Amino acid sequence: MDFSASIPIYLQVVEEIKRLLMIGELKPGEKLWSARDMALRYQINPNTAARVYKELEQQSLCYTKRGLGTFLTEEDGIAEKLRKEKAERLVSDFIREISRLGYTQEEICRFLDAGLQK
Amino acid sequence: MVEAKMLGKRYMRKQAVKDVTLTLEDGKVYALLGPNGSGKTTFMKMVAGLVKPTEGCLSYNGKKIGVETKKHVAYMSTEPFFYAYMTVKDVGKYYADFFEDFSMERYEALVSRMDLRMEDKAKELSSGLAAKLKLAATLARDAQLYMLDEPLNGIDIIAREAIIRTIVEAAVAEKTVLLSSHLVDELEPIVDSVVFMKRGSVVLSGDAEEVRQERGKSIVDLYKEVYAE
Repeated sequence: MDFSASIPIYLQVVEEIKRLLMIGELKPGEKLWSARDMALRYQINPNTAARVYKELEQQSLCYTKRGLGTFLTEEDGIAEKLRKEKAERLVSDFIREISRLGYTQEEICRFLDAGLQK
Repeated sequence: MVEAKMLGKRYMRKQAVKDVTLTLEDGKVYALLGPNGSGKTTFMKMVAGLVKPTEGCLSYNGKKIGVETKKHVAYMSTEPFFYAYMTVKDVGKYYADFFEDFSMERYEALVSRMDLRMEDKAKELSSGLAAKLKLAATLARDAQLYMLDEPLNGIDIIAREAIIRTIVEAAVAEKTVLLSSHLVDELEPIVDSVVFMKRGSVVLSGDAEEVRQERGKSIVDLYKEVYAE
């Protein structure tokens, strides 16, 4: 995984795990790697990996069973919910940025159509 | 734990390290950053027991640096350490003679990961391969503290991944690792803490994530700021 320099590394890994959950590569209720394995997998510091779990826990996306490990939430439809949230965020970011350039709604739609044709 | 208090080293006219007060905690990965001549190597050599401080105190696990502490500290210098006639295998044997904690099995695994061959002659290795050989020999020791001086220097991108992976493995095994470098971006994901040195002194140090948050900058950008003159 390539990391961007401007976002904390643990947040980038959090986003990656969410993405894996969204696309079904990770399943709800699935056991996650140990912090050590995560460090090896993403080539990050073990303490950063621990921070990834803390953040995922804060976002209620995983929980720890004492002695058994960390598991992804079993919440129904979580993958679809995350996926939709992410899509909405991407769209609103796009609209905000492109509106700053002074394009009208119609023009923005045309850009989108043209982009999708490619 | 490495503890330095007002540590200094003066060579004739040159003050290589000055007033360094620093603690390196067990099980953490530190990046020792700074341009050439900022005192990184001298500091490491003092911790390794190869250079005697001229001022201040320096200890490892409460003991003054010496024969006893050297057993637990693996130091990789920027200079080559093996004789020209040696093969990669000989380097392993040479190390095994020197260090009780050297594992030939681990050395063989590292050698193959680094794309070296046991029968290769040390003097015939390219500079990149020679750098990898040094690393394999150093990391094949089961030390508590690894100090790697410029571990990524002269090493191509593919091999860097192998090295980074090896360092992460050491971190996962709760070893203490001190890496010196001026290649900050590649080290950033794997370090806990950063120590910036400038003209022999520590100018900034702390938890990498906290430093990033406080300054609102990546370590790479901070590096540029600290060393821009």
